[in-house]
Amino acid sequence: MSLEKYVLHLADNALIYSQRLCEWCGHAPELEVDIAISNIALDHIGASRSFYQYAATLIGNGATEDSLAFLRKEREFANILLVEQTNGNFAKTMARALCYDTFMQLLYTAMKNSKDEMLAAIAEKSLKEVNYHYRFSSEWVIRLGDGTPESKQKMQTAIDEIWNYTGEMFMPSNIDTEMMANGVAPDITALQAPWLQKIKEVLAEATLVLPESGWMHSGGKNGVHSEQMGFLLADLQYMQRAFPSAEW
Amino acid sequence: MQQNEWLLWEVFVRSKAGLDHKHVGSIHASDAAMAIENARDVYTRRQEGVSIWVVESNQIHASNPADAESFYEPMNDKVYRHPTFYDLPDELKHM
Repeated sequence: MSLEKYVLHLADNALIYSQRLCEWCGHAPELEVDIAISNIALDHIGASRSFYQYAATLIGNGATEDSLAFLRKEREFANILLVEQTNGNFAKTMARALCYDTFMQLLYTAMKNSKDEMLAAIAEKSLKEVNYHYRFSSEWVIRLGDGTPESKQKMQTAIDEIWNYTGEMFMPSNIDTEMMANGVAPDITALQAPWLQKIKEVLAEATLVLPESGWMHSGGKNGVHSEQMGFLLADLQYMQRAFPSAEW
Repeated sequence: MQQNEWLLWEVFVRSKAGLDHKHVGSIHASDAAMAIENARDVYTRRQEGVSIWVVESNQIHASNPADAESFYEPMNDKVYRHPTFYDLPDELKHM
């Protein structure tokens, strides 16, 4: 019961984040960046499919990867608030990406040692992809931060804007605590220090200022989402809601 | 210097170790590091390669198509420049 909820949390993070990245398709500042972001979004969809398929086998009762992605309600989604935040400008998307990619690198690295073999295998496969995502987002934050006065100002604003959503990654939910105790989930509280260290290094190279860590938003892991989540799901689930069981 | 457009780069991809880098197309990027990353995303997403070269397009000097007549046509009637023109003695193996 707890395991399936934990797997769904991982699946939801990947799906909701990829849905956000997909919104750039056809709108990125350059053709090459458009393709890169879409590639990254597809990696996350791939990871979400692995997690949803695993969750579906745990849940049984006819659940499928599609029913879990397209037919659950907002309060049933357990993704963190960071990944559902709107794209904003390109700087905000890269700030969000840097924070998330850095975390996922650490999470997947630790999850390779999970006592759950399936999660360990998915982590191993996904880590290679996330290493590239991190390279892409960190390079862009450095480029824009250490760029023109205008790009620097926009990049700093973006980091400041996203910062209060980063704390939730390291706050264990009840499910997290249970899974951490039995060796299935990595200890996310232990990832915070190395995460902050890496972010500090990138921001230093980008000549940006590390925001002060104060109060942090949370709730996503328990299904309490920010206002924009409903709009995102409306986009994501429209087809299956309007035409149930429709296929290509 | 204000540049509104990214530079154009030609992309060469080696499909397997031991093979040559082949020209696959071009991309835009502001510097070499970005050019390699963009080339990776545009030209190797279906496992097309194991190595990438990028060259700024304006560094390539090309022959002029208008010179084709004097450049290439004289070779049309010189079949003896191909090794297959010659009959080899039977004792020669592996040629």
